[in-house]
Amino acid sequence: MAEKEIMLGNAAIARGAWEAGVKVSAAYPGTPSTEISENLVKYPDVYAEWSPNEKVAAEVAIGASMAGTRAMVSMKHVGLNVASDPLYSVSYIGVNAGLLFCVADDPGLYSSQNEQDTRLIGRSSHVPVLEPSDSQEALEFTRLAFELSEKYDTPVILRTTTRLGHSQGTVELNDRAVPEDKPYERNMAKNVMMPGPAKGRHLIVEEREKRMAEDAADFSINRIEAGDDSIGFITSGIAYQYVKEVFPNASVLKLGLVYPLPEKLIRKFASSVKRLIIFEELEPFIEDYVKSLGIKCEGKDLFTIQGEYSANMLRSTLLNEDVNCVGANIPNRPPILCPGCPHRSTFYVLKKLNIHASGDIGCYTLGAVDPLNVVDTTVCMGASISMLHGMEKAKGREFIKNWVAVIGDSTFMHTGINSLENMAYNRSSATVMILDNSTTGMTGHQDHAATGKTLDGTVVPAISLYKICKAMNIEHVVEVDAFDTAKLERVIKEETARDELSVIIVCAPCALLKGQKFPYKVKAIPEKCKKCGMCLKPGCPAIKKKEDGSIEIDDTLCNGCGLCVQLCHFGALEKYEV
Amino acid sequence: MVTKNIMIVGVGGQGTLLTSRILGGLMASRGYDVKISEVHGMAQRGGSVVTFVRYGDKVYEPIVEEGQADLMIAFERLEAMRYSHFLKKDGVLIINDTRIDPMPVVTGAAKYPEDIIKTLSSSHTVYSIDAMSEAKKLGNQKVFNLVVLGMAAKHMDFSKEEWVDIIRSRVPEKTIEINLRAFDTGYLS
Repeated sequence: MAEKEIMLGNAAIARGAWEAGVKVSAAYPGTPSTEISENLVKYPDVYAEWSPNEKVAAEVAIGASMAGTRAMVSMKHVGLNVASDPLYSVSYIGVNAGLLFCVADDPGLYSSQNEQDTRLIGRSSHVPVLEPSDSQEALEFTRLAFELSEKYDTPVILRTTTRLGHSQGTVELNDRAVPEDKPYERNMAKNVMMPGPAKGRHLIVEEREKRMAEDAADFSINRIEAGDDSIGFITSGIAYQYVKEVFPNASVLKLGLVYPLPEKLIRKFASSVKRLIIFEELEPFIEDYVKSLGIKCEGKDLFTIQGEYSANMLRSTLLNEDVNCVGANIPNRPPILCPGCPHRSTFYVLKKLNIHASGDIGCYTLGAVDPLNVVDTTVCMGASISMLHGMEKAKGREFIKNWVAVIGDSTFMHTGINSLENMAYNRSSATVMILDNSTTGMTGHQDHAATGKTLDGTVVPAISLYKICKAMNIEHVVEVDAFDTAKLERVIKEETARDELSVIIVCAPCALLKGQKFPYKVKAIPEKCKKCGMCLKPGCPAIKKKEDGSIEIDDTLCNGCGLCVQLCHFGALEKYEV
Repeated sequence: MVTKNIMIVGVGGQGTLLTSRILGGLMASRGYDVKISEVHGMAQRGGSVVTFVRYGDKVYEPIVEEGQADLMIAFERLEAMRYSHFLKKDGVLIINDTRIDPMPVVTGAAKYPEDIIKTLSSSHTVYSIDAMSEAKKLGNQKVFNLVVLGMAAKHMDFSKEEWVDIIRSRVPEKTIEINLRAFDTGYLS
């Protein structure tokens, strides 16, 4: 009997890739896809890297595939927007050895800025999309993806969701089977996408897609589970599990390949049931196709486009069951900056100076909410810098005098670097703050080119943020410790007043980073406390106001950063060594 | 066997993932089909977090929905209250009797509810323990979650030996002893 193990969906994808003989993997961290690379790097004989962004990562994988070894790239859904440039063209080229794009959607927005549906990108780029429904399928479909990729000469997308990638289930393990490396041969007509060859390739892509749609009726991952014919569901991914939970005996067409869709199989299934319901999270992707075939069905008229699905949704909509247990009306608990987070110190100073921040993607997006309220905008990776530039060009120097751009070190290395290049080139007078906490924080501490460590832990020369800025001929580049609030305040005042482009690199490692703990904690001295509330302003969760208005420090939460000690004018807070 | 539903709720950073992995490991070692659903990413930064554990002969969906939990392990009082409507009528609620103020309470925009345990006890079977203090007595406050798990273990169908075996295999080697003592504290309470 094969060995079994409980595995996170993302770990199962890594296992499947390893079993399929993947030799090269590249990625940029992004919830809910990060654990794929973190698991893959643990396997022998796989080269796995963090690349600066998803476009670079995709191109690394494309190169590896073209050279002749199986390769993959993984990312979150919005990462595919960054990597869509190579995706759309490698779709024309196809592959030498198998090539997988693993893309994780986030219905319900657990950790993202939108709810886009990757299946739509599969369709518009003419790349097939597989969608597993549990950890076992995550492993199997990953292996299958490489076979399909080579058989049909196409990159393949494996689409997952947060619920799939972050759920654990039982998987059967197999050994690694590395196919022989493919020889590399120069093939200009296939591998050089300029107008002439690309015209020819476009025809081949259309032909490929038609062939695959024909064959898909016989793929074992597209299967009819015949049952009660009063309702039939067409479903895929995690939504399939909800259908099985509530209607274990219903007829189901379970699709493993969600693009291109198998017309013959859908027609056959539709004609076998009295009522046809499409149960799919996010966009009406399958539904629109089924309707385009002239088949009557229900879908988004019953179920929402927004958020995650559930079994209770089926119970209430189709069985009229009362599943509305009302929760208690109690205070929310939104995510917050951790105790000891250097961003809290930075945002405290920005707020004090009444400065608006053009924000970016990372933990510091939390500077948008109470009690800091400093970040005004968040669009996508790198946008803080370029948007501030646009604001200046629209409304002039005066308008952005009390603005800065804030961006993390990892996000800066991802795409912020291009935006700063633009500012330097097009004569901006803005101030950019790079909040350098020496890691990719929000996704759980991944290294990048400026930390000096690779995915497998190898120490490499760190790229200097300071020198990058200097190389762009930016004259005013200042480095400040995030917890030196007096200096930080002075520097921000000076640089925002300057009618020239400037960069402030605010340094202090993430409070949760291994080995970065402050050797202190803070204690309150009640008799000195004047109950003024200064220490409460930055919103540190370790500081509590007691009934009488005085302060108490939760020493299980306190990380000893000492920001509150700096703010107290009465000596009522003291650091002590631990 | 009918599928059993367990929820672990708490505040991001409290170590819910370790607890769910111990539970999942135990159930898998007993031959059950197991699914666990976790929260990673942004919500882990001090937000409200929930982990679902389901086990039985065949488990489909990986989440536990409203009104379906047989057992809920709450690492914080307010979070116990937030998710209590997920419990079945005869479900059991284990609460770590501790308070972590959410930001709306810190800023004064909202009040932390009084008498949570008393309120919940009027409608549910509730067992509570001040696991932070118990863990502190043991010399490491971080093992409080094993104290809570120990209390929950009394309401599940696994032997003490099975629990000890799985804890040994799931916690860092250096911390086995203190974690087992923490588990015992909850189990014997």
